[in-house]
Amino acid sequence: MKLIIRNARIVDPASERDGKGELYIADGKIAEPFREAEKTIDARGLVAAPGFIDLAARLREPGFEYKATLESEMDAAVAGGVTSLACPPDTDPPLDEPGLVDMLRRRAKSLSRARVYPVGALTTRLEGKALTEMAELAEAGCVAFSQADVPLADTQVLWRALQYAASFGLPVWLRVEDAWLARGGVAHDGEVATRLGLAGIPSFAETVALGTLLELVRATRARVHVCRLSTAAAVELVRAAKREGLPITCDVAIHHVHLCDTDLGYFDPNCRLAPPLRSQRDRDALAGALADGTIDCLCSDHTPVDEDGKHLPFAEAQPGATGLELLLPLALKWGESRKLALAATLARITSHPARVLGVPSGQLAVGAPADVVLFDPAAPRRIAAEALKSQGKNTPFLGYELAGSVRCTIVAGNVVYEA
Amino acid sequence: MQRDPQLNAQGELQHLLSIEGLPRAVLEQILDTAESFVGVTEREVKKVPLLRGKSVFNLFFEPSTRTRTTFEIAAKRLSADVINLNIAVSSQSKGESLLDTVANLSAMQADIFVVRHEASGAPFLIARHVKPHEHVINAGDGRHAHPTQGLLDLYTIRHYKKDFRNLTVAIVGDVLHSRVARSLIHGLTTLGAPEVRVIGPQTLMPTGVAALGVRVFQDMREGLKGCDVIVMLRLQNERMRGALLPSAQEYFKHYGLTLDKLSVAKRDAIVMHPGPMNRGVEIDSSVADGPHSVILPQVTFGIAVRMAVMSIVAGN
Repeated sequence: MKLIIRNARIVDPASERDGKGELYIADGKIAEPFREAEKTIDARGLVAAPGFIDLAARLREPGFEYKATLESEMDAAVAGGVTSLACPPDTDPPLDEPGLVDMLRRRAKSLSRARVYPVGALTTRLEGKALTEMAELAEAGCVAFSQADVPLADTQVLWRALQYAASFGLPVWLRVEDAWLARGGVAHDGEVATRLGLAGIPSFAETVALGTLLELVRATRARVHVCRLSTAAAVELVRAAKREGLPITCDVAIHHVHLCDTDLGYFDPNCRLAPPLRSQRDRDALAGALADGTIDCLCSDHTPVDEDGKHLPFAEAQPGATGLELLLPLALKWGESRKLALAATLARITSHPARVLGVPSGQLAVGAPADVVLFDPAAPRRIAAEALKSQGKNTPFLGYELAGSVRCTIVAGNVVYEA
Repeated sequence: MQRDPQLNAQGELQHLLSIEGLPRAVLEQILDTAESFVGVTEREVKKVPLLRGKSVFNLFFEPSTRTRTTFEIAAKRLSADVINLNIAVSSQSKGESLLDTVANLSAMQADIFVVRHEASGAPFLIARHVKPHEHVINAGDGRHAHPTQGLLDLYTIRHYKKDFRNLTVAIVGDVLHSRVARSLIHGLTTLGAPEVRVIGPQTLMPTGVAALGVRVFQDMREGLKGCDVIVMLRLQNERMRGALLPSAQEYFKHYGLTLDKLSVAKRDAIVMHPGPMNRGVEIDSSVADGPHSVILPQVTFGIAVRMAVMSIVAGN
């Protein structure tokens, strides 16, 4: 199928291109200009950008279909302009054997919407004891290995896991939180948690674990991606580690560059997140580090939770928020507050995560996969539960008016979503 | 920012969820109303008809004898019908959700829910989901708040000291886990007490507690110097040995209130305790039963304060 997109403002962060033009798509790839097309899209007033790449989106299959299904969440992904997503292994059962990974990929493929990149479990059943068959899992399609939100308390196992992954050149993605220091905590250990009487997770739960991880990276040279940073102090550690030349990258979730613990208000369970929302100072440091490149990517950390999981007292509510459909507007809001050019803003959800994933998408160069999103960067949208395609309606941003509406999403040259 | 969920559009008390955020005038209204009820509790016929025909549901998701009983007495003295539910041993163990329980009771025509729950914020969740004519009174949620206890503490202090504006108040012990301490601190700072101190080892102090407007002391003698009011907090059994404290004996030696430590406070200092007391752990019997102690009057005032709160919310 041949497709031409006309009159768009083409923004390609990888080449820093930003200007009016045409985009040619043939055989599922970005192509050189041609004349005859089966379909032409007039994208006047819209931005054409590489489809977004989300490094953390839970699809809840297998095991948690009551919270969300692959189908509902893939609809949410393309409605949000997300054409590639990595899903963490905390399904039930966890993604710790090739059969499961294979099934997930097939199911995702048959829905022919976004591309799904499974992240395999680093340890069997995520128990932190025995390594998974990482090489096998990688063959089945796992792009990286992770513990999702389950802490790996045993540093001996962590060390061995990094050594083993490094032997095969496999990347390891880890969230950093010391299991002991974070035990029982549900909110950032600070003034707000003290006032609300919530058990705290101190900032140093993150830096203690990150310090350990960086030492092990130094020793093993494993390729590590640090997930969901939440503190200013961790940002400083990453900055120093990158300067030193350690092979690490990292990301931050959309919530943590916009919100802080004061947003908990009167125990808003939608603000129950992992890691917790931290202080204003932390938030500002994260937003700044994403702009200066210390933090590589912005992700949605999409975690659909059903109503029963949120209609509970704060500490008992399940952590997580829906995010796929908020990735673009919240990226734009962040970019605007940092006064960044649109290409620079979009780099955090396109070319940068493509580099972390090691995939050829996330760019509009000729020959690249034709994953394209057309969006109106100015059109305001009120975030309302009933308007979300995701089965998870839980987000602290309900009621917010945000700019940025996706009009059309194209994956491998096929239109998979039109508003 | 959301509106304080315990106030209605007119700024009147719709629910009592926390002392934090309540205007001084509302606190004073409660204390003044309580004063008028103290007389009732001393009469031979201890009843007023203010809540006649109303139903008060005591919803205790966490066991309690004292608080539940005083709420029950208070409601009965206001002529309300009282229904006690110990949910800890009924529907929750059958897997019914908190909001389902409340919806069911609401269908039984409740007017006031008195709620105690082990999770901080639970009464806020309930208040968000009850019908407009229903009222929620927090009888203690997790570590967050115990507003009627805070109010009865304020009442007791006002009764003995008359004025808050030149008082030094020390709260001693496990502030980390104490909803009583949090509620009292907010009440004292709202009513203008110039110096509120918290005393205890670092392991029992919440992070950033000074931001609540208190001075933090680790040394008890230093903290008690010149105090007008001393509030001793209960130390839960399960905290006496472990990572927070090595032993009850060592705790008593450094943070238990004895006559000797009391001697550095003002001569007319009063000693309070929310009960139940651990004699020989946080307080010595010679102090608990001594002339400075106002621990039993606290209990009496507690009934009047709870009558005041129920009659005020029901009237708004």
